[in-house]
Amino acid sequence: MKVVNSAISKIDGMDIATGKPVYTDDLDNNSLVIKILRSPYAFAKIKNIDTQKAEKLNGVECILTHKDVPNIRFTTAGQSYPEPSPYDRLILEEYVRYVGDEVAIIAAVDEKTALKAMKLIKVDYEVYKPVLDFEKAQEHKSIVHPEDDLHVNFDIGTNKEKNIAASYKTEVGDVEAELKNSEVVVEETYYTQAQAHGMMETYRAFSYMDHNGRLTIVSATQIPFHVRRIVARALQIPKSKIRVIKPRIGGGFGGKQTASVEIFPAIVTLKTGKPAKIVYDRKETFSCTTSRHAMRIKVKIGSDKEGNIKAIDMQALSDTGAYGEHAWTVFSVAGHKTLPLYNQAKAVRYMGNIVYTNKMTAGALRGYGVTQGTFALESAINELAAKLNIDPAKLREKNIIKEGETNPILGGSKEGQPVVLASCTLDRCIEKGKKLIGWNEKYRGKDMGNGKVRAVGMAITMQGSGIAEIDTASAEIKLNDDGFYTLLLGATDMGQGSDTILAQMGADVLETTMDKIIVHTADTDISPYDTGSYASSTTYVTGNAVIKACEDIKNKILENAAKLSDISKEDLMFDGTFVKKTNEENVLSLDEIAQRLSTGEGKNQLIGVGSFGGETSPPPFIAGFAEVEVDKESGKIDLIDYVAVVDCGTVINPKLARIQVEGGLVQGIGMAMYEDVRYSDAGKMQTNTFMQYKIPCRKDIANITVDFESSYEPTGPFGAKSIGEVVINTPSPAIANAVYNAVGVNVRSLPITPEKILIGLLEKNN
Amino acid sequence: MKIEVMINNKKIAMEIECDEFLADTLRRYGFLSVKKGCDTGSCGLCTVWLEDKPVLSCSILSARVNGKQITTIEGVQKEAREFADFLVNEGAEQCGFCSPGFIMTVLAMKKELKNPTEEDIVHYLTGNLCRCTGYVGQLRAIKKYMGVV
Repeated sequence: MKVVNSAISKIDGMDIATGKPVYTDDLDNNSLVIKILRSPYAFAKIKNIDTQKAEKLNGVECILTHKDVPNIRFTTAGQSYPEPSPYDRLILEEYVRYVGDEVAIIAAVDEKTALKAMKLIKVDYEVYKPVLDFEKAQEHKSIVHPEDDLHVNFDIGTNKEKNIAASYKTEVGDVEAELKNSEVVVEETYYTQAQAHGMMETYRAFSYMDHNGRLTIVSATQIPFHVRRIVARALQIPKSKIRVIKPRIGGGFGGKQTASVEIFPAIVTLKTGKPAKIVYDRKETFSCTTSRHAMRIKVKIGSDKEGNIKAIDMQALSDTGAYGEHAWTVFSVAGHKTLPLYNQAKAVRYMGNIVYTNKMTAGALRGYGVTQGTFALESAINELAAKLNIDPAKLREKNIIKEGETNPILGGSKEGQPVVLASCTLDRCIEKGKKLIGWNEKYRGKDMGNGKVRAVGMAITMQGSGIAEIDTASAEIKLNDDGFYTLLLGATDMGQGSDTILAQMGADVLETTMDKIIVHTADTDISPYDTGSYASSTTYVTGNAVIKACEDIKNKILENAAKLSDISKEDLMFDGTFVKKTNEENVLSLDEIAQRLSTGEGKNQLIGVGSFGGETSPPPFIAGFAEVEVDKESGKIDLIDYVAVVDCGTVINPKLARIQVEGGLVQGIGMAMYEDVRYSDAGKMQTNTFMQYKIPCRKDIANITVDFESSYEPTGPFGAKSIGEVVINTPSPAIANAVYNAVGVNVRSLPITPEKILIGLLEKNN
Repeated sequence: MKIEVMINNKKIAMEIECDEFLADTLRRYGFLSVKKGCDTGSCGLCTVWLEDKPVLSCSILSARVNGKQITTIEGVQKEAREFADFLVNEGAEQCGFCSPGFIMTVLAMKKELKNPTEEDIVHYLTGNLCRCTGYVGQLRAIKKYMGVV
């Protein structure tokens, strides 16, 4: 390996850093501007809409209400077809289900005119009692989805009369019996809040009709191919009439795995024939798209007195908000990617419901349920350690899954055929993390003598690498006439550097340098199919496809060199620059092969292709350690240090991987300590700007240490696994554990605020 | 209304609305490096220099800059690339959407602060949000660029 595992810079780094116009809104030209009239009520029926006055306004091109749009339900969740999310949306509907739900689409020559027109639209609503508390949704008199045509592609346990969007259950062994036989049982309930993605580029897309009468959508999306399918269904036009182009993306974090905005310019362009664009402002991004699913998770763990875990039971309830985007999948993942960590348990169970409420829809967000599950399970494990008076690191060392072991709910497992964990250095991650933070010296804590206590806490987590048997990617690599390559991919680089690391893999297979590979992503007319950049799949799934495509073209280069030189292919080899005889004598240079093939002599354009889909979903692992200082008087908490050690298999690019870890940790720290999507009693989101919704700023972040304990994943590209999501999961439980070790207060609902710590301290002292 | 502004050392006459903000005017006139991220003056993405001082262009009425000097990252490409080299070397540009505003603040800081400590640097840049990198990689880049050990 020459290029893989080296810390090279991102291929688009200098241009995006220095302000080149490469993002969606930079590329638009003279489009109509779209604004959306939104519901002021959490739950209501539109009795009447009067748009006459607004339509007469100069510069208004089109106003669409529920009477003007196709009457076919769809989901905006960017998942492979058939999507496991309910088709419970219309583009516009006579029901509005949350404050901010769309009522009318307005397109005008400029923003000012569109906003003026919006004010002239008169809407009469019949207001209903909203379902706001997700713990009361199932018994609520109001039904969020009263319609008859809600459709599910397969049984996900939907019961809309009870406001249940989906339900899920998995069980291995006899949980009740094992719990009964356990000497010690911990039973607690944990709450995780809705979190906002907070990517810097808000949602945006523009569209136009091309010279062949096809609808072209340019969008900041992680899922160009899914967007094509979603728009085709929603607008009832053939997929062949739609092209989706993805330029540079200003961050996604799973938010752009939902097609939140593309349908609006698309329908305006179809209706008017004119280019149209929508750019969400920050308030719309916060309050009219998606957030993380808020969850309540009851955890029961049984063990013996020595800390050998016998059983784990997790009963959860998830709040999907007004629509069921990613409801079932986020929920299932919360159990599936936490429980296998403790594979010594004889019985595990995970089950519960995902309910509709009249709040903004929940959706995909980095971690995708595992973040929620990890907070609950890891907190409970830490509470078990405290109850047993065992060091939480030692409790884990005793119970965690190890390389070569199996677990029936590891991704890709079938009944009676549990997947074997082929790569795992979690035990070494814990060991190294302990050293880096000084665990043995700092556990459990130290009174600083000034009213403050310092202590450490820890957590572990895992994720997957793509979705087993579902995620798939293809790659094409083309040898151009001048002896350089174009790598065509359908994956989305939203900043994480996937274009770069995929080219690194290609460069290694083809034994060439990065400057010889042009990367092109993604345009549904040109790129080979890729499910999209989500589920931690790009390195693993698309990476494997790249390797196959590059091996394919390497083989074709040799075949064609044999024809051109009249030497048998078996006697030739390729070193990246020259095709040689096996005695090392140069026969043809790559440049010459390329040039001769592109002329009348060769008449052969070489294109290597490769497709990949994983049968398993090899989990990356991470051990996270927090050191906090808590003020006993005020409950104020300062994060002093955070250490994380990661097993992502082979590190393809140490520089980019490290930043992925640091960024994910800080997003996790935000969720642990600051971030909270809150609603008023009437269901209006109160945290809809960066003034109210506090993501970490520079001053909130002290020391962060990141290290790697590489493993080798045999199914991964060059031994690699994923890294994007796993990094967000540990801060919440590790910080909660550190706070407990400092002042003896267990904060079981996120975020961990000074108020909650202080209340805990006051309760403890009484 | 009409205003005349020196943008990146070139005099430009611009037609503006009286309630238009500078970030919108600049984008309308093709200075597309200027990004907007928050609408509340709290993210720093739209940072440009007004008379050589960093300002939030989303919070300044365009009418107020009549006759003044504005610098966007398009106008200081050489200096921007010098710092961007350190940033990209750390992998700390990630999605890059906050980078233009961030780099304009960093370049202004370099002119303004003499021998800053790490704390001074963090304080100066607190108004520039980034959701991708977690800040510590950016700080490593700045310290190398500023020669702070």
